[in-house]
Amino acid sequence: MGSAIWAVAELADGAPTRLSLELATLARTLAEAMGAEATTVLVAPGAAAAAPALAQHGPGVLVVDTAASEELASAAVVSARVATLAAERGPAWILCGASPDGKDVAGQLAALLDWPVLVNGAAVRWQDGAPLVEMSIFGGRLVTESRPTASPAVIVVRPGAIAAEEAPAPGAVEAVEVVPGRELPAVRIVERVAEAAAAASIEEARIIVAGGRGVGGPEGFAVIEDLADALGGAVGATRAVVDAGWISYSQQIGQTGKIVKPALYVACGISGAIQHKVGMQTSGTIVAINRDPDAPIVEFADLVVIGDLFEIAPRLAAAVRARKA
Amino acid sequence: MRIVVLLKAVPIVGTERLLDAFRVDRGSGLEANGNDEYVLEAALQLTEQHGGEVTLLTMGPAGALEALRKGLAMGAARAVHVQDDAVAGSDARGTVRVLAAALGRLEYDLVFAGADSSDGLGGVVPAWLAARLGLPYLSYAARIEPGPGGATVRVHRISPTGFDLLEAPMPALVMGTQLLGEPRYPSLRGIMQARTKEIATWSLADCGLQPSEVGPAAASSEIVGATPPPPRGGATIVRDQPDAAVAQIVDFLASRRLV
Ligand SMILES: Cc1cc2nc3c(=O)[nH]c(=O)nc-3n(C[C@H](O)[C@H](O)[C@H](O)COP(=O)(O)OP(=O)(O)OC[C@H]3O[C@@H](n4cnc5c(N)ncnc54)[C@H](O)[C@@H]3O)c2cc1C
Ligand SMILES: Nc1ncnc2c1ncn2[C@@H]1O[C@H](COP(=O)(O)O)[C@@H](O)[C@H]1O
Repeated sequence: MGSAIWAVAELADGAPTRLSLELATLARTLAEAMGAEATTVLVAPGAAAAAPALAQHGPGVLVVDTAASEELASAAVVSARVATLAAERGPAWILCGASPDGKDVAGQLAALLDWPVLVNGAAVRWQDGAPLVEMSIFGGRLVTESRPTASPAVIVVRPGAIAAEEAPAPGAVEAVEVVPGRELPAVRIVERVAEAAAAASIEEARIIVAGGRGVGGPEGFAVIEDLADALGGAVGATRAVVDAGWISYSQQIGQTGKIVKPALYVACGISGAIQHKVGMQTSGTIVAINRDPDAPIVEFADLVVIGDLFEIAPRLAAAVRARKA
Repeated sequence: MRIVVLLKAVPIVGTERLLDAFRVDRGSGLEANGNDEYVLEAALQLTEQHGGEVTLLTMGPAGALEALRKGLAMGAARAVHVQDDAVAGSDARGTVRVLAAALGRLEYDLVFAGADSSDGLGGVVPAWLAARLGLPYLSYAARIEPGPGGATVRVHRISPTGFDLLEAPMPALVMGTQLLGEPRYPSLRGIMQARTKEIATWSLADCGLQPSEVGPAAASSEIVGATPPPPRGGATIVRDQPDAAVAQIVDFLASRRLV
């Protein structure tokens, strides 16, 4: 195997996702440390149009346009092509994003190439001739560092492992045709159903204002949304309120929702159950607004305001806006 | 419909710890992985509505038995427990090898897996397993239903704006999420019936695998360091009237450059 490092990118609405730009940046910085080459691989319908934005972040971009497979679930299409390219060109490491599609691709690539996978990378750096992967495990109670015992390997990287940064000089874009050595069974998309506008992604947000059962009902979330807007953050939630149908599952934080690590987490009317805590306890600063001084969240917050969120949150939004003005 | 549910027994959330050799301690207090209970619930509802049976499959230590019993009490027909000293400490690749080999000995129309496990958080085992077995892979399911005609399966796959309706021929592997619905509590009758249900225990040799293919020897990465993050807590508690409390929050956020 060679020594190159690849990043597998993905698109949303025709543009590279922020996580993809982070992966491209990470591949470039690791390649510099390795003294090797970095490449971003983009397999998607309309890939060529999106490639320049990726190339801005440094590595050369391999582009495979799959317009003909638009009606198929993408992970199987992407992994069959990336696997074929990898078998031909022999990179030592492939970075995949810890997004739904990225994890699907990572697992399928592992099967097609028979490579191992390191999951859940919160940070990756080059040390002693190998990537050292930092992971937060057990709901944030432990941070481990792992190293693959051999190359090649797939490494799955979480959002926020590195800040996306443009390179001094953009990489070259190379369009390639790929005939997969082995296709994976096709899964047809019968219909794409839009139910709501996509909310701001909580995994990428620097500030999250989250609401729990204390918000009282779906209307109560207006207060949470307004505070999030004032702070420039995204809206998060507990499972209790997702189950109640007050907000969408995409905003749920915790064991069976998303794991987040914003600079600021404001918890409003959230008790701080263990299943919620494991999704947010590594946040930079945690502020809790709760009526109950004995709520579990008091034990792991940095600032706790005992009071009614309906009295506090609107005033806080106004004060933050006044300060910014 | 014959459905195999991949059910992992994980350390009770909040009590996980590593052994000295940097392996997850599975010696005590295991429970069924949360996401696996959601897919089990979906499997039970599908077989109740359309006929068929649910088989549980787990790879894990003796302590996994309790999670299997609960699954049987919820309504699964039988369970297969791959238990062998050699599999302890397997990584995702070893796990996939074992689960693929065990599935090779079972008959099924569908295999269900959870979106991720609370101790591993990898979320790559289902996709890996499907590709290895050559099964169509339908992931992030919010809803699972038979397709028109009965030879296919349809899944609502969560998308940023709603869902994609996916369809593939069976046999297929479906990975599911919490949106499938709250798992049922075992009834007293279910618990009684579970006592007579079969739990087959298979060794590695039963699965046709060598010890060198699994466990720490076959693991492809090593943990070289583990540190707990700085402890949290000792929060400043504010009990003032709203306006004074808000002024304190703003000062606090400003002191940390968050506003
Ligand atoms: C397998 C499994 C997986 C789970 N996964 C998740 C997960 O991913 N995410 C998750 O969040 N949970 C999860 N849970 C559920 C979890 O156990 C808790 O039930 C849930 O987090 C509680 O949500 P809550 O804090 O909104 O509600 P509650 O626990 O009811 O807390 C509400 C809080 O609001 C306060 N309050 C009420 N009114 C006001 C007011 N006007 N002003 C200020 N404070 C007020 C109360 O004092 C209380 O502390 C899971 C559970 C299981 C079993
Ligand atoms: N040891 C195991 N036994 C049974 N199923 C497993 C095992 N490990 C993983 N799985 C299945 O794969 C899913 C994802 O696990 P993971 O990739 O470890 O996050 C779980 O929700 C289970 O359905």
